[in-house]
Amino acid sequence: MTPAQRADYEVIVSQVRAHARVLDVGCGDGVLLQRLIREKRVKGRGMELSQAGVNACVGKGLSVVQGDADRDLQFFPDQSFDYVILSKTIQAVHRPGAVLTELARIGDRVIVSLPNFGHWRTRLALLLTGKMPVNPSLPAPWHETENIHLCTVRDFAALSESLGLTVERAFPISGGHAGGPFARILWRANWFAEDVVFVLRARETAARPSADVVPLRA
Amino acid sequence: MTRAPSPLRSWSSAGGLRTITFGPDQPLQFSNGEKLSGLTIGYETYGELAADKSNAVLVCHALTGDQYVASSNPVTGRPAWWPRIVGPGKPIDTNRFFVICANVLGGCMGTSGPASFHEDGRPWGLRFPVFTVPDMVRAQAMLVEALGIEELFCVIGGSIGGMQALQWAAAYPRRVFACCPIATAARHSAQNIAFYEVGRQAIMADPDWRGGDYLAEGVRPSKGLAVARMAAHITYLSESALHRKFDRALQARDKISFGFDADFQVESYLRHQGQSFVDRFDANSYLYITRAVDYFDLAGDFGGALPHAFADSQTKFCAFSFSSDWHYPPEGAKHIVRALIAAGAEASYVEIDTDKGHDAFLLEEPAFEHALAGFIDSAASARGLPAGVRR
Repeated sequence: MTPAQRADYEVIVSQVRAHARVLDVGCGDGVLLQRLIREKRVKGRGMELSQAGVNACVGKGLSVVQGDADRDLQFFPDQSFDYVILSKTIQAVHRPGAVLTELARIGDRVIVSLPNFGHWRTRLALLLTGKMPVNPSLPAPWHETENIHLCTVRDFAALSESLGLTVERAFPISGGHAGGPFARILWRANWFAEDVVFVLRARETAARPSADVVPLRA
Repeated sequence: MTRAPSPLRSWSSAGGLRTITFGPDQPLQFSNGEKLSGLTIGYETYGELAADKSNAVLVCHALTGDQYVASSNPVTGRPAWWPRIVGPGKPIDTNRFFVICANVLGGCMGTSGPASFHEDGRPWGLRFPVFTVPDMVRAQAMLVEALGIEELFCVIGGSIGGMQALQWAAAYPRRVFACCPIATAARHSAQNIAFYEVGRQAIMADPDWRGGDYLAEGVRPSKGLAVARMAAHITYLSESALHRKFDRALQARDKISFGFDADFQVESYLRHQGQSFVDRFDANSYLYITRAVDYFDLAGDFGGALPHAFADSQTKFCAFSFSSDWHYPPEGAKHIVRALIAAGAEASYVEIDTDKGHDAFLLEEPAFEHALAGFIDSAASARGLPAGVRR
């Protein structure tokens, strides 16, 4: 999927406040970070696993660390960012719950976009063929896919709830276009959204930064 | 007694070895409280300094390196040590940048150290003050100032050169625009101190060390220094690199000799590394520099919290590590990067997947070269320097 087709990027950019501190986890070649810096003047940071992605980001002048969301989020101090973004990555991590907890530790708000396995076409494909669906947003067969933790909109909302995170907003995406916030009509998005963008926030007051941490400049 | 007033500083390029000597009015202050009058620094430069002096890059060399980063050493004849990184069209492009590399304090390639002469006409030997990495950097800062450069575009170095780069950024945050610590750590680990101690003990156990006075007595502790180098050299290579290069291959024989000759190629290789080292390096320099590195603990100078070393830093950082480096493992680099992020600094971190071990930064490693070139180019553009042409 080319960056121009990433409808989730449109939603994410629209949800980030200008001049905020933003961490993009799994930032790829830095396209979203660059957009956020250009359009929202954010103080942007990234983390990326692949060598090609990191090299591309560093070559663009982005501040990106090479690391794995499952292991290396300890790079980032408590509450050091206004937003932590995880775009179409959560389905590929080993421990989505632990990663989500870490993101909420690091950021005031957590923005997660993910493919919805509950979409009616996916359900129908499974019903009719009895095989794992292969479609444009899930192109690889089950044994080759990096998407080891696929979930539905309702699954993800339930996980967030169980981790003490409130869904502030959520945006269904279908046909490459974002719909409006649908927090109150989750069941409908679960049938009709191909992708979804969640904006989450920790319910309790966030932990205080540890003593040896110098606060980030705004 | 009449005496000509000492010049503030004097420059020399005798024998192709460029040096600057500072006058008694500019002593080097050591961390241990001592002062050195008449500091001499051996250095080399490449490229042209821009009129606004905005394009200077300082390269800090590793433990046994020298200032000849991009040209052959006129004394030893050894080739440039970083030709893949520094030169025309290279990541640090000498057509764009004015590159400075200075022999480290205590080194034996023109800079004051235990092998240079005290004013009493005898070698300093162990009378030379025990110095630290901050002292090395303070000496470099004197050279940079003497060259009329207020802000360095970039300070870069691998291994203990990376420690110096970090120290530069911490001690002179306004004078370092970009910083590349490579295959390094913000503190020396117990394991590294242990390896260095083995090396020092090997030198001091050599009867020709003579309590450090070997130069005055006309001998050299070559056997001890060679063993020190052999032990250290193992830490520069990974197990898989040793396996790939040598495995258990025998050296110029068909079967084992049931003796203590160099039966195995790896033994012969290490002996060669040790022997060729003693011809070009001073044993006391080795003691002093390894000691300085043992003492290095950047956080210790900033209240024990490494982020404080980089508080309010405006420097752009890009740290590099190599997956199979067990001398300065990736974890040490991550420790640095965590602190930089906690301090709010602009920090990138690149971990190169390689089996070449610590020495990977000196070898052919295209992903490393590509990432470094990308960082240097983007930083140069942020600094407003004209674009270069990559070869």
